[in-house]
Amino acid sequence: MAGNPADKVQGGVMGWVDARFPASQLWNDHLAKYYTPKNFNFWYYFGSLALLVLVIQIVTGIFLTMFYKPDAAYAFASVEYIMRDVEWGWLIRYMHSTGASFFFIVVYLHMFRALLYGSYKQPRELIWIFGVLIYLVLMAEAFMGYLLPWGQMSFWGAQVIVNLFATIPYIGPDLVTWIRGDFVISDATLNRFFALHVIALPLAILGLVVAHIIALHEVGSNNPDGVEIKKDKDANGIPKDGIPFHPYYTVKDLVGVGVFMIAFFAVVFFAPEMGGHFLEHANFEPANPLATPEHIAPVWYFTSFYTVLRAVPDPFLGVVAMGAAVVVLFFVPWLDRNPVKSVRYRSYAHRINLGVLAVTFIVLGYLGAQPVSELYSELGLRLSTMYFLFFWLLWFHSRERSAVFSVLSFAVLVSVYTFYDLMRIGTANETLVMAAWLLPTVYLLATMILPVLARGLGRDRPVPERVTA
Amino acid sequence: MKILSTVFALAALALGTSNLQAAGPSVPLAKANVDVTSQPVLQRGARLFANYCMGCHSTEYMRYNRVGRDLGLTENQVIASMIFTTDEEGELVAPGSLMTNAMTASYGAEAFGQAPPDLTLVTRVRGEDWVYSFLRSFYRDDTRPLGVNNLVFENVGMPHALWELQGWQELVERDGETRLQVVDAGAMSAPEYDRAIRDLVSFLAYTAEPMRAERQRIGIYVMLFLLVFVGLAYLLKKEYWKDVH
Repeated sequence: MAGNPADKVQGGVMGWVDARFPASQLWNDHLAKYYTPKNFNFWYYFGSLALLVLVIQIVTGIFLTMFYKPDAAYAFASVEYIMRDVEWGWLIRYMHSTGASFFFIVVYLHMFRALLYGSYKQPRELIWIFGVLIYLVLMAEAFMGYLLPWGQMSFWGAQVIVNLFATIPYIGPDLVTWIRGDFVISDATLNRFFALHVIALPLAILGLVVAHIIALHEVGSNNPDGVEIKKDKDANGIPKDGIPFHPYYTVKDLVGVGVFMIAFFAVVFFAPEMGGHFLEHANFEPANPLATPEHIAPVWYFTSFYTVLRAVPDPFLGVVAMGAAVVVLFFVPWLDRNPVKSVRYRSYAHRINLGVLAVTFIVLGYLGAQPVSELYSELGLRLSTMYFLFFWLLWFHSRERSAVFSVLSFAVLVSVYTFYDLMRIGTANETLVMAAWLLPTVYLLATMILPVLARGLGRDRPVPERVTA
Repeated sequence: MKILSTVFALAALALGTSNLQAAGPSVPLAKANVDVTSQPVLQRGARLFANYCMGCHSTEYMRYNRVGRDLGLTENQVIASMIFTTDEEGELVAPGSLMTNAMTASYGAEAFGQAPPDLTLVTRVRGEDWVYSFLRSFYRDDTRPLGVNNLVFENVGMPHALWELQGWQELVERDGETRLQVVDAGAMSAPEYDRAIRDLVSFLAYTAEPMRAERQRIGIYVMLFLLVFVGLAYLLKKEYWKDVH
């Protein structure tokens, strides 16, 4: 699709430009003649919305840097100065802080969309890889940005997260000192986090977003039916189920933008703290290295992984598990080898698997925001196990499995965590451990054994030739 | 697909309604029901704050003249009623200064065991209900250095600055329950005192977020604009998509 000389405008201002820069070609390649499946649904708004939030964050961020002081002695006061003395500073700051949370909401929904419709599958593996990289850098970006207001939670949150690296054998402690630039979180840390937050990581994100979109436009969008529209073209070489992105999806996305803005500005104007989830209460107190807050929890978008970290008793293995929970996403295109892309034509077993993942991730997030209790750590362990089992099942459902393989692998998996349970069970936690044991076991029963008993549950359906409605 | 969305939505709903509150004080808090939109409320709160709090507590992110502007006071009123501190030359500090009027931290620490905290953001740190309940919960306790304790903040270093308004409370046993009761009446009745504290907490909610009333007011217009915008965008989409089958 790239570089059709027929797109060059002859004469006039555009002709002059096109002779020197492929403006019309770019416009056509990526908008006016970029053919997109006509059957996008609700889930397909979140790509363009992620781009919108990125723009909001960059623009508001630029204005914030004009007034913010990256200095441990002034940082907190400079944020309050922005909130009070800078004209419209409060609006810009609330847009930025709300934008951070909405970025993750949008990105999580965008990623779940990819899981629903198999958008990571051949030939879109690289789009997915770039996407996971964006997500990784975004997490670093959010984490470093959170230190900048220099409140209690900024300080202690950074303290906890940076100290995770200290659990790495041999090099850990030195590595942490190197990251902080000091023996404690201090002015030096604030300065480098500021540099990384305002230039290094945003640059990386922008580059990755460009790569993400170039890769997307090379192969074309997937759709809720998982049908490749490029396989069915008319006489002019235009996909029969394709419509030009512009104007069709630009006007459609405009509706999405409007609805998104209502949600976004409702938070900005009426609930900027979002009950302490978007702006934590303790963060309205300046950082104090001598007073630890009662309860340190990361911001909501990290809490799912925080639960995975806390589920493992050994600190280093906990960090490894948490890392693995993110890194495993890179392998999704090669775990799910099922040729059927869309959940619409996948088996019920796979649908259950996706549904359980969504619930698991949300409950993991809830647990990560709570103080540790016996019940919650037990649930955290079980749900972390289920989070990882999702990826096993993703592979397992690549095709219909034989009864023998299903039962055998089920038995192996269940005995692995049952063995771990037997090592830790005591009279005090007996009932709880045994009750919670049912969670992953029922999950595996429903997704691995049930399809053996009722073959219809494990069977994919035929995919239509053309997209439906 | 439909089932999935439903499960997703239900899970979100179930989590959204459960309250994610961190461990708070051991006694239930009373509702403050602050009002940051009413100038008379804020003016009364500011008067209490200037008369009873400012001697020890600063509001160091707030400026005197901003308070004056938002509360409808003239500059002379602000100077006369709120500014009592002088600069190094002995001149009254300018109305545009930050309200860093309190005692020094070292003196505060010496006098009370811990320096009185800055109060600009106290309602955002502790919550409005907490501050409201705290100021109503002082009681006599001879075991404490200043002879006073607090139900909401146990063994707090702060004396009961508002005792002449509320009077003195004591812990009494009634119906098997421990509760606070005024034993020496102050200048105000209990409902008057509660209203005064509500004014004071409203003022503190205002200092914590001086643009709060304005932000909510503007927010309404933004919402109305966006509703119109979505309506128009939807019609535009419908028009363009007429020929897609």
